[in-house]
Amino acid sequence: MNTTSWLNPLAALVLSPLLPGIINRTKAFFAGRRGQPLLQGYYDIAKLLHKGAVYSRTTSWIFRAGPVVGLAAVLMALVLLPLGGSAAPLNFTGDIILLAYLLGLMRFFTVIAALDTGSAFEGMGASREVQFSVLTEPALLLSLAAMGKAGQIGSGSRIEHLDNFLSLSGIYSNLSASVWMRNGTILLLVAGALLIVLLAESPRIPVDDPNTHLELTMIHEVMVLDHGGPDFAMILYGAALKLWVFSALLAGVLIPVRSAYWWLDAGAVIGGIFLLAVVIGVIESSMARLRLLRVPQLLTGAGVLSILAFALILWR
Amino acid sequence: MSGLPLTHLSISNGQAVDIQNVPVLDVTEFREAIIDAVGHGLRISALFGQPTDGGRVRLWAVLAYDSQSLLLPFCADLSEEHYPSLTPDCPQAHWFEREIFEQWAIYPKGHPWLKPIRFHAPYRQNGETSLAAGNPEVGVTDFFRVEGEEVHEVAVGPVHAGIIEPGHFRFQCYGEEVLHLEISLGYQHRGVERNLPGGPDRRTIHLMETLAGDTTIGHAEAYCQAVESLSGTHVSARAEILRGVALELERIANHVGDLGALAGDVGFLPTLSYCGRIRGDVLNMTALICGNRFGRGIVRPGGVGFDVDPAIVDELLKRLELVEKDLAVAVNLLWGTSSVMARFEGTGAISRKTGREIGLVGPAARACGIDRDVRRDMPLGIFQFAQIPVSTWDSGDVMARAHVRWMEIQRSIAFIREHIVNLPGEEVRTTLSSLAPNRLTISLVEGWRGEICHVALTDAQGRFSRYKVVDPSFHNWFGLAYTLRGQEISDFPLCNKSFNLSYCGHDL
Repeated sequence: MNTTSWLNPLAALVLSPLLPGIINRTKAFFAGRRGQPLLQGYYDIAKLLHKGAVYSRTTSWIFRAGPVVGLAAVLMALVLLPLGGSAAPLNFTGDIILLAYLLGLMRFFTVIAALDTGSAFEGMGASREVQFSVLTEPALLLSLAAMGKAGQIGSGSRIEHLDNFLSLSGIYSNLSASVWMRNGTILLLVAGALLIVLLAESPRIPVDDPNTHLELTMIHEVMVLDHGGPDFAMILYGAALKLWVFSALLAGVLIPVRSAYWWLDAGAVIGGIFLLAVVIGVIESSMARLRLLRVPQLLTGAGVLSILAFALILWR
Repeated sequence: MSGLPLTHLSISNGQAVDIQNVPVLDVTEFREAIIDAVGHGLRISALFGQPTDGGRVRLWAVLAYDSQSLLLPFCADLSEEHYPSLTPDCPQAHWFEREIFEQWAIYPKGHPWLKPIRFHAPYRQNGETSLAAGNPEVGVTDFFRVEGEEVHEVAVGPVHAGIIEPGHFRFQCYGEEVLHLEISLGYQHRGVERNLPGGPDRRTIHLMETLAGDTTIGHAEAYCQAVESLSGTHVSARAEILRGVALELERIANHVGDLGALAGDVGFLPTLSYCGRIRGDVLNMTALICGNRFGRGIVRPGGVGFDVDPAIVDELLKRLELVEKDLAVAVNLLWGTSSVMARFEGTGAISRKTGREIGLVGPAARACGIDRDVRRDMPLGIFQFAQIPVSTWDSGDVMARAHVRWMEIQRSIAFIREHIVNLPGEEVRTTLSSLAPNRLTISLVEGWRGEICHVALTDAQGRFSRYKVVDPSFHNWFGLAYTLRGQEISDFPLCNKSFNLSYCGHDL
């Protein structure tokens, strides 16, 4: 473990609230508006932290635990997340399972906190969230596994004790431009699957519309309707961090710069993350949201892409 | 549609008749006349009660015979506190009968779903039935419930997340599927109709302009047509054209806003943003004429409150061209984006047959292929001389309602362009003389939401004894509830926006 590896989570902690700002500015550009300030995410969180929270009498400790556990889980996930070629502060064999389950834990607590309110709206949102996660989780895990195998085959690992393809840091340190040359198809499939997973988990158009005020159509937003003040600040911050995690996973595949300088490698991925925010903004500006019943089909598509990638790498 | 023998009095839109000449039927005849006529393709434009001197209630019906451009008014004096309900044989009477029940404590026997619609105390005391008690708590009523272990109920409103009017929506859902939607309104009830008898006075026109803020011009025009007809006032051709222009500007502005909002509901930002801006441009064109974006003050009894000079006409034409150009780009983006079409097509479909049975009006009716437009069927004012083609579509879904709006926008733009350059004469307003006593008049206007119906009755002193307002929303709210059957609940906002009905126009 070295000190530079801690810069990765640090970058996420400081920079992640910028992502929604970039997405919103991109959307505003396409809509012919000026848009909100880039730093709006920070302002919102700061404002909410100064507010008090109101709790319904019908809720229990679960409702209050939701945002705390959610934020804690995604912070833990950050510690597992490598950036560029350098390893994450914490890495071990099978940490991709932990990553998936940490994000699962975050979701679980958001969902039960929503159910705890007893509101029909929040129950609907929770039901949709859980239904869709059943499809995104396997896509994520299979994508990472295919990527691990793709990087492992025929490439010398840069970090010797991390040649295991079941560790996130190992998977990403094995990636390089030469892996793209050899296994481009597989990485492309993986990138496609991860993009859909990113859109579904963030949650953005075409799966969810973060801008809508219409409770009946919401998925993620409706689950957090009853949270306010510092709790909601934690939710916003947690959502920005989660967006960062998924963007980093995807940007790490797309831009595997492996130079002699760790800061160049990491900088390329961070640049990629911001670029992805622009891409999300472009997607949101150019298409309508899917009909809710069609969302599982899209997510199944992500699963199929990842299965295909995994099958290709096994039988190559 | 043929074959209805016109045995009763029939009049045209905006014609005043002596109340003595209006046929008074007995209740059974009254009921049969309506059911028979509706079976022949006529529809109910208004159905309401009026208290009589004897403490009883007189029922009034106004049927519209679109294909003959005729209106059939007739009435029946009730000798009891109840009468056999029309609804089982004529579903479009459903809402009207609930209104009669609530306002006059008259019990339509056999009505399948008798409940208040606005939740006010009855206008008249009735010792015989306690059913019409009038619940002071708006929205507290026995909602239709679906029982079952996996059925759940979702209650939305009256306070909504957006800046919209209050209304309560109660969904019975099975998973994401809506089995039944019940809409409960009344939160915006201001008692407008109760304020009108004894009029008209100086406040009346202002009450009319605020019946539904987005239909200021439509309702003001319906009112003015009614009092002009009752007083025999002639309106100059110049004023008629300006009224037509104002009405079409109102239609364009609202339709543009709706197309943008429909795009927004499916998360399609470009059209949402551009239509939002263009709607403002159109409202500003109305403001250019009268200084108010919603057209307050344009339509006045006897003519219009504002004249336009050639400079304003030039400016209007210039702006109209810009609007037309920008709008074509913004709206055609909708039709060209497959993800938007995938959301619009097949969502919230209503069949032509159902649309007729429940008596839809306006773009909602035309979107299911019902060829119905007051501007052509019952022309009055400028529309007697200038026809705007009726825009219909046949699929009855959100797509159809969006497309009908787009066609109407284009045709309204063409209408304005053609007529604003040929303003004859100079006079824009004549003084209104006093109203003739003991008259009935019916005034219909095709507002942007559909048929606006005002029925005015005068007493022996030439004052209103009853003034009935039927906003198009009154006909169409049930249509919205109906389209949700078997739909996904997440598509409700989209269906709702495709109707875009008025709460205050309904609640009055």
